[in-house]
Amino acid sequence: MTQTHAANCEDCPVHNLGNLKKLGINMAEFDFVVALAGNPNTGKSTVFNALTGLRQHTGNWPGKTVTRAEGGFDYGDKRFKLVDLPGTYSLLSTSTDEEVARDFILFGQPDVTVIVVDATRLERNLNLVLQVLEITDRAVLCLNLMDEAKRHGIVVDPRGLARDLGIPVVAAAARQEEGIPELLKYIYEVANGTYVCRPHRLERTAPQLERALTALTGRITAAFPDIPNARWIALRLLEGDQKIIDAVRSGELGSLIRRTPVRQNEQHLIAGTV
Amino acid sequence: MSKAAQHTSDTDAILATANTLRWEIGDNIHDTLVESIYTDAQRIASRSVTEPDSKPKFSMDRQLDRLITSRWFGFPLMFLMLAVVFWLTVEGANVPSAMIASFLVDTVHPWLRAAFSSLGSPWWFTGLMVDGVWLAMAWVISVMLPPMAIFFPLFTLLEDFGYLPRVAFNMDSLFRRAGAHGKQSLSMVMGFGCNAAGVVATRIIDSPRERLIAIITNNFSLCNGRWPTQILIASIFFGALVPSHLAGLITAGAVVTVAMLGIFFTLAVSWGLSNTVLKGEASAFSLELPPYRPPQLWQTLYTSLIDRTAIVLWRAIIFAAPAGAVIWLVSNIHIGQLSLAEHFIAASDPFGILLGLNGVILLAYIIAIPANEIVIPTVLMLTVLSAKLAGVGDGAGVMFELDDASGVADVLRAGGWTMLTGLNLMLFSLLHNPCSTTIYTIYKETKSVKWTAVASVLPVIMGLVICFLVAQVYRLLA
Repeated sequence: MTQTHAANCEDCPVHNLGNLKKLGINMAEFDFVVALAGNPNTGKSTVFNALTGLRQHTGNWPGKTVTRAEGGFDYGDKRFKLVDLPGTYSLLSTSTDEEVARDFILFGQPDVTVIVVDATRLERNLNLVLQVLEITDRAVLCLNLMDEAKRHGIVVDPRGLARDLGIPVVAAAARQEEGIPELLKYIYEVANGTYVCRPHRLERTAPQLERALTALTGRITAAFPDIPNARWIALRLLEGDQKIIDAVRSGELGSLIRRTPVRQNEQHLIAGTV
Repeated sequence: MSKAAQHTSDTDAILATANTLRWEIGDNIHDTLVESIYTDAQRIASRSVTEPDSKPKFSMDRQLDRLITSRWFGFPLMFLMLAVVFWLTVEGANVPSAMIASFLVDTVHPWLRAAFSSLGSPWWFTGLMVDGVWLAMAWVISVMLPPMAIFFPLFTLLEDFGYLPRVAFNMDSLFRRAGAHGKQSLSMVMGFGCNAAGVVATRIIDSPRERLIAIITNNFSLCNGRWPTQILIASIFFGALVPSHLAGLITAGAVVTVAMLGIFFTLAVSWGLSNTVLKGEASAFSLELPPYRPPQLWQTLYTSLIDRTAIVLWRAIIFAAPAGAVIWLVSNIHIGQLSLAEHFIAASDPFGILLGLNGVILLAYIIAIPANEIVIPTVLMLTVLSAKLAGVGDGAGVMFELDDASGVADVLRAGGWTMLTGLNLMLFSLLHNPCSTTIYTIYKETKSVKWTAVASVLPVIMGLVICFLVAQVYRLLA
């Protein structure tokens, strides 16, 4: 492998491993980390169980995932670590839950974020999806509860949705394990880079804000050319989000540069250190 | 310029630009952002979702909600639902409890005794291990396992169905007025099954202040281990007052009254705490009433048995074993003519009588801290021991239960029990320290010795004071 020396420590995958460790994730023995996000009551825990085979308690009760669940699964030749994030309606950091979820997607840099939505309440659920897609460009949408939607006569077009959102969309009924094989396949493809997402980004209308954003985004991309969510960072800075300001100041943000063939490097590094 | 310095100047420049721009664009950026999220979500959803032509058929859910959360029917329906769950638990547990007890106590216990003595174990070792440790564990398993294995799955089914968030919705205003969190109603109801599980369930409450209130007051939910005591004593001292066809009703009424009293104390103590040491506003929370969903039967059984029943039972067994040893030791170590237990009972009896209880009850509650389930067997054994009754029980330090309530009544009356003793035992069973499993759980959840101590000592003090007051009033009137 010929990695040029131009790569400074910020691109180094060990850096990101450190971040994950700080968030309490032990990545030894895993190739990819997958985050599971979604509104409360969308069957997130059921999807979690269907993917991992764990029998985590899944009650019909918002906010009942009281401890963060983690599990693992194998697919193809890779091992995935799945992290269940708290169920939230948004990522605007108005509560601890939202902050935990947002910080994980931002600083933990999961290789894939699976967003579970309720097909019977798609519009409201999309609010969260759009916010997740502002932060990460590697996501899969799990359109869950399709059985309930069918019962209520609601028809959802997964392909149209995939086109609009720019990420894979899987129609699923996790309780019946329907759609789980497709979900696994897409997680695998997005994780290893075979499926390249072109996530929908918000269109903003106010011209004044647009100008400010463009200017700031330009500066950020100049300093960190490989950052995947410069526009979102710019927006948070304009809003005066202290946590993001601190992350920029401390250089933590610079370490969050998308590392494409990272996991392969990692194998070498780990092998090299032994 | 070095790389690090370059880096710093970059970030400084970014932050400076952000600061300047922030002033230029004004402060409605948050609204703009939220608006654009909603606009896009609405546009994308409208392109891919086709709503049914007819009106959506959510009306079934809505009708149910109107009934379940109604001002008039909500509460009665809730009590009815809980009553049914408890009835199923108590009734359904009787037979398996008796079966497990007859196996562990009547079959395994003599067999173990024989095995120990044939291996040449000295009498005291056999007594300590078989009569003490084994019997305590056997009681805990047989009294605790069947009700928990019924209660927790039933509770989880209600949860799966979507009923519990509605309970929280109904109870919210009561708890808010007490300065506590609406979700406390859920940990409270869970406490009816097991206080240790109820304490763990308070994790659904975000605010540390309100969570502490919920933890401290959980003990006022009458747990499964205490229901049998309540039912037995109520049937002996209250059910027996009326003709036999009314006895069941009066007994049930007395037990439900004690349970309601527990809810009253939960609210009163919550109010007291939130107006003194845990001052603060009740925090607002948004509660989505999820759609009703058919429960997943097998998964529910599996998870509630593994997550709740097994863990709680295991902890109880761990704590019951040493308690069994202590019970045996205090009944068999003699100083002079009398055993330690008899010395304590004699010394504490005047104090116990003052409270409308007696020395036996005080000692039983001290050595049965590990599990409320062994209180009645311990009380019976100690009563026989201290009152020197002949022909009942199996000897010093051997806990036992009698098959029918009238046998128990005879033993208790011979031990000097009156109606006041029965009444106050029921009150004290509601208001005393949590079992050691729960105390340990409280410590694990709060990581605070201070709050664990408060949660443990506060109910005992309340229990002693209330028993004392009841005894004085009773004696004035009688």
